[in-house]
Amino acid sequence: MLRIDCPWCGPRDETEFRYGGQADVFYPEDPSSLDDAAWAEYVFVRGNPKGWFAERWVHVAGCRRWFNTERHTVTYEFREAAP
Amino acid sequence: MTADSLTARRRSPLCHLADQLAAAGSPGAVRLAELPFQTLVEVRCGGADSLHASRPGLGASADSHAAVIGRLADIVGLPFPRRVGEVAGAGSRHVLWLGPDWWLASGPPEPCPDPGLEAELAGRLRSAAACQASVVDLSAHFTTLELSGPRARAVLAHGCSLDLHPRAFGAGRCAQTMVAKAQAVLHQVAEIPAASYRILVRASFADYFARWLLDAMLEYTTADGEAVGGSRGIAHRGYTQ
Ligand SMILES: [Zn+2]
Repeated sequence: MLRIDCPWCGPRDETEFRYGGQADVFYPEDPSSLDDAAWAEYVFVRGNPKGWFAERWVHVAGCRRWFNTERHTVTYEFREAAP
Repeated sequence: MTADSLTARRRSPLCHLADQLAAAGSPGAVRLAELPFQTLVEVRCGGADSLHASRPGLGASADSHAAVIGRLADIVGLPFPRRVGEVAGAGSRHVLWLGPDWWLASGPPEPCPDPGLEAELAGRLRSAAACQASVVDLSAHFTTLELSGPRARAVLAHGCSLDLHPRAFGAGRCAQTMVAKAQAVLHQVAEIPAASYRILVRASFADYFARWLLDAMLEYTTADGEAVGGSRGIAHRGYTQ
């Protein structure tokens, strides 16, 4: 069981959260200019680092807030949670 | 149908377990009861969160957040908690912190179908200009269980991973969390040893959750409690302080 720091509620069990994937994946500024390859990149391609990874999580069983945090994909440490 | 006859006909989610709840535990250890038909009104105020005092890096705006909450409290006419997990108010009326822009006002039972608390809060908000807040009656969404006694915290620890030790949690604190895998709002009303927790669970979870609590309370049940309960069919360990 991971312990995840909610920036509002503090440390809670992993089961209170849902995962939201990689953080900072922004909708294209000019969608009509994208070709298929660029759309595929936006929709499907995500980072897969060995180490720190910026992610979105939502505290569904608590304050129901989305927040960004960093998780270490090897050690499962969390750090720098922010709303 | 008149409000009187509706109020007389309503049944609480745990009325079928009232005898078992009353027989469980023992007065010196832990007691369980349903507090049926509590009036619960959700208050949400968009934008309050962006000014929240506990938001990292935004300490400077703590004053403006306090001002927003203070204004809301003035309009609504109830004290509002200013911090994460706090409960404001006393006696029978409380306001619980559920999220940075999200509160739950609770009060004693009122006649259905239109609780006066909701109408009162909504009326006050409507008459206040430029206050973007919503008020929704959630009384029938939850039922409230009251778990009290010196072993109440130990019973909750069977299924709740929150640190409920007095150094981290106490009277006047609340949390939305999982208890026995069910989403619950936990509100500590009084300190140990009179300790009393109010646990709000969805009406549809109430039967499962109350039976889970009855099971968790077995080991704190005395021989006297056993005699009241009668036929549970398992050996009880006597409770010792
Ligand atoms: Zn939270």
